Amino acid sequence: MFLDHRRQLAQPVRDALSLLAYPVQAAVDLPFGLGAQLKEQFSSRRQLLEQIAQLQAQQLLYEARLQRLDALERENIALRELLQSSYQVTESVLAASLMRVDLDPAAHLVQINKGSRTGVYVGQPVLDARGVMGQVDQVGPLSAVVRLITDPSHAIPVQVNRSGVRAIAQGTGDTSRLELVHVPNNADIEPGDLLVTSGFGGRFPPGYPVGRVTSVVIEPGQPFARISVEPAAALDRSRQVLLVRPSNQAIETTAAEAETEPTAGRP
Amino acid sequence: MTETRHQGGWFIVASFLLAYVLTIVPLPPWLTYARPDWVALVLVYWCFALPERVGVGVGWLCGLLQDVLQSSLLGQHALAYALLAFLTLKLHQQVRVFPLWQQALSVMLLLLAVRLLVLWSNSFVGRPLPVTSYWLGALTGAVLWPAVFFLMRELRHRFGVR
Repeated sequence: MFLDHRRQLAQPVRDALSLLAYPVQAAVDLPFGLGAQLKEQFSSRRQLLEQIAQLQAQQLLYEARLQRLDALERENIALRELLQSSYQVTESVLAASLMRVDLDPAAHLVQINKGSRTGVYVGQPVLDARGVMGQVDQVGPLSAVVRLITDPSHAIPVQVNRSGVRAIAQGTGDTSRLELVHVPNNADIEPGDLLVTSGFGGRFPPGYPVGRVTSVVIEPGQPFARISVEPAAALDRSRQVLLVRPSNQAIETTAAEAETEPTAGRP
Repeated sequence: MTETRHQGGWFIVASFLLAYVLTIVPLPPWLTYARPDWVALVLVYWCFALPERVGVGVGWLCGLLQDVLQSSLLGQHALAYALLAFLTLKLHQQVRVFPLWQQALSVMLLLLAVRLLVLWSNSFVGRPLPVTSYWLGALTGAVLWPAVFFLMRELRHRFGVR
């Protein structure tokens, strides 16, 4: 038990047993998947057509926005090049869906149906359509366990989108609340502020929404403000998640450029 | 210890598998804490019924699998279930002759002991204390014990598990 906590020697045991446990979990998940499939089979033609029309309209909207985003991104890269700083823009994502199984109720963990066979690794950021969900905690060959950002043992570096103030958002054990810790009373944070990942921990890529500030309580006599945050991701509702793999393309190109440039110090 | 004496091992395995399925099957949020510890209930039953076949070793293995299944700390349920099996083996001569409600009461005490051990190992590694309804699972386990007991006994006689 203590070996597992220290994270070294018990890992092979857990891996071997997880192969044994996977069929049980898959068996529990199966009826829910079948139910969804049946529902699709029996939904009427008209409903489907309506849905397709809706999705097409939505896609058109997003494509229009994406065009603008492309232009902005190019501009941003150009500006950054002028400033001679590297910037990671491209990230590849992998879609996965949650398995309908309940895990340890004391911890905020969910299981997804992609594992190390598809390249999932420990510490990989997990998003849903609205924001950051958490990070991968354990990986099996066919499934992985994700620790949500609201788990009491999880903390994520964030930045206020409006003012740029940096902070750490810690889980509280409540799926609808995070807490900013060690923020001084005079920090520029207001209710309604959007928090995004700052990318400082090196785990989460910068710029993804984490949540919105719901309340700022300043108690005279306390050194730090008590700031509650509502997570942006639908932590207890989403079924589809995205696994982000930050690619080092931007860094590699700048490194290559640096190498081709003749440096004065090199003989 | 010949082949003719021990029969129906598959049914013991199947009952544990079903218990695992019930352990991780999703429940509505307000029910999650009331979920009884199915594997512990089945383990207690087999320790009562066949103390010479199911004991501390089986309990330990069951706990290990449960830890992997729930991705809790590896070994905490193993420790708790091994102790559960030990206590049940110690007590089974007395508890067997109790009326059913007294059996349920003693099962509740055993389940509370399991929860206490899991809580202890959790706090040992610095997890925060759970809410009060954490203890509710032991109560629902005791309430369900008569049903589990009768069902398992019926099935055990039907399949001739010895």
